[in-house]
Amino acid sequence: MMLQKIHVRFFILLSLLLVVLVCVNISLGSVDIPALEVFNSIVGASSKSSWDFIITNYRLPKAITAIIAGGGLAISGLLMQTLFRNPLAGPFVLGLSSGASLGVAILILGAGAISGVFSSFLLGPWSLVIASALGSFIVLLALLAVTLKVKDTMAILIIGLMFGSLTGAVVAVLSYFSDAEQLQQFVFWSFGSLGNQTWQGIVIISLCFFIGLLLSVYSAKSLNALLLGENYAKSMGLKIKKNMLVIILATSILAGGITAFVGPIAFIGLAVPHLTRQFIKTSNHFVLIPAVALSGAILMLVCDTIAQLPGTVYTLPINAITSLVGAPVVIWLLVRKRKLIF
Amino acid sequence: MVIGAQKKTYFLMDNLSQHTVIKCQDLSIGYQNKKKTSVIASTINFSITQGTLVALVGSNGIGKSTLLKSLTAMLPTLSGSLQIDATEITAYSALALSNKLSVVLTEAPASKNLTVLELVSLGRQPHTNWMGSLTQNDKDIIQQALEDTDLASLKDKSCFKLSDGQLQRVYIARALAQDTPLIILDEPTTHLDLYHRAAIVKLLKKLTVEKNKTILFSTHEIDLAIQISDKMLVMTPQNIAFDSPCNLIKQGSFDVLFPNEIVVFDKKTGRFSVT
Repeated sequence: MMLQKIHVRFFILLSLLLVVLVCVNISLGSVDIPALEVFNSIVGASSKSSWDFIITNYRLPKAITAIIAGGGLAISGLLMQTLFRNPLAGPFVLGLSSGASLGVAILILGAGAISGVFSSFLLGPWSLVIASALGSFIVLLALLAVTLKVKDTMAILIIGLMFGSLTGAVVAVLSYFSDAEQLQQFVFWSFGSLGNQTWQGIVIISLCFFIGLLLSVYSAKSLNALLLGENYAKSMGLKIKKNMLVIILATSILAGGITAFVGPIAFIGLAVPHLTRQFIKTSNHFVLIPAVALSGAILMLVCDTIAQLPGTVYTLPINAITSLVGAPVVIWLLVRKRKLIF
Repeated sequence: MVIGAQKKTYFLMDNLSQHTVIKCQDLSIGYQNKKKTSVIASTINFSITQGTLVALVGSNGIGKSTLLKSLTAMLPTLSGSLQIDATEITAYSALALSNKLSVVLTEAPASKNLTVLELVSLGRQPHTNWMGSLTQNDKDIIQQALEDTDLASLKDKSCFKLSDGQLQRVYIARALAQDTPLIILDEPTTHLDLYHRAAIVKLLKKLTVEKNKTILFSTHEIDLAIQISDKMLVMTPQNIAFDSPCNLIKQGSFDVLFPNEIVVFDKKTGRFSVT
């Protein structure tokens, strides 16, 4: 399964679209900056320093976060759809985001119990990532353990939803016992936000993204074999347990790491792989992984551009926008194709 | 003297081409967990030589699938010896076994979105590098598998658009692309009409004759199997009989295949009829 010409053209088109959207995304906002100035500023030849300041401190970090979050969540959605043999799988649907929320809730709300120096150490960006990735990793492992017993794909979805409710309940109990300040911090986190990222934070999610991407590409051949189901994959010489573990690790690093910084974001992981399959007719993960990553980044940039309501000072929660865009897309796909296939 | 010597050489050559692919000795199969062991069948003895078409028959729930799962290493055996190519099956790594044995399962592939070419190409996985890139040799083998199964014209179609008969051929093509001496199929003729059942069994026969493949398939088409297969495995609650269809008829193996009150086996026609 080599890269065909049509795929190359598709990738060029997506990359161009991404560049255009980055410029649009940076230029629009509470203050409109002409696209040419955006380009100049990134290259380092800007004329107006206030625009320069806005771009390097607010808009550029936000655009980069959007690209990484969109791409990473989309890849994790693709991996989960193949791993669980379920077209409705995605980090949000299967409770991965809830697992990450639980990790973060325990960290933020639980840190209140331990006051002083120790708690400020606990709330550093790395511990946020670890708590969140650990939360989603545990949910994924539990899901996989259930999958090995229950072969029904419908049951997996229901169990994913139950995990979501369970972690939601634990979070509710935790918030009941915590003080207002921490609760507010957690609630803001759970709205999801691409902005206000420090460059350090961006380095950390980029790292999560690239580790996840590397592991995914490394697993692409086994993912292709898994398209036939576990038994076929095994009969073709695949070391199934090891490979599944790598795939799960990649998914939780991607979903967990990204969720830690931008909050739980719905629908990108579920909808993007299906949207991509509409345009690119292949099931080969060596093509799908980069295609899905690019499409995810593009959709996230679009959602973010809408969320910042160009021309006003308001910014809507990004999670609301991805749901507003994503849910109709999934419904439209289902109605049009009558069933989702992967 | 001379005639005797000739006979001997003939016998030797025959022996060479009649290389044993599967050999079971006192094999017991079944399911085992910490609490209990349930034996499905025991003292299984047979050996299959290269280039033979073997049909496995037996009534529902007798353990045909269990036997096939054991033979394909998806289920560990309980006791006894099971050799593939003169080596115990447990001694193979997953990858080494995938060079000896390919399967066609009853379960449909998880993804329906694969094209015929993509699905068949996946059969090359044991032979490709970590990226799964196909060499010219791989492509030639895939093309040959498509031609052998008469699928060349359908290769760019998505699998969810195919009929059941076409899909079955796609799975067989994938097993062919894996390029193993032994192919094991679990009920490849279910859900097919008479024409397509016969077509699949004839295809399997052709592969044993022309490609010297060894093929073992389970089926409920006893009439078809009696007509076409070289050897048959007949599973009954008492034992597993292994012989050529004619000998099995003479021994009366088919008479005990089902309880007698509803269907009986007619030895003259080689068919079952409703009483």
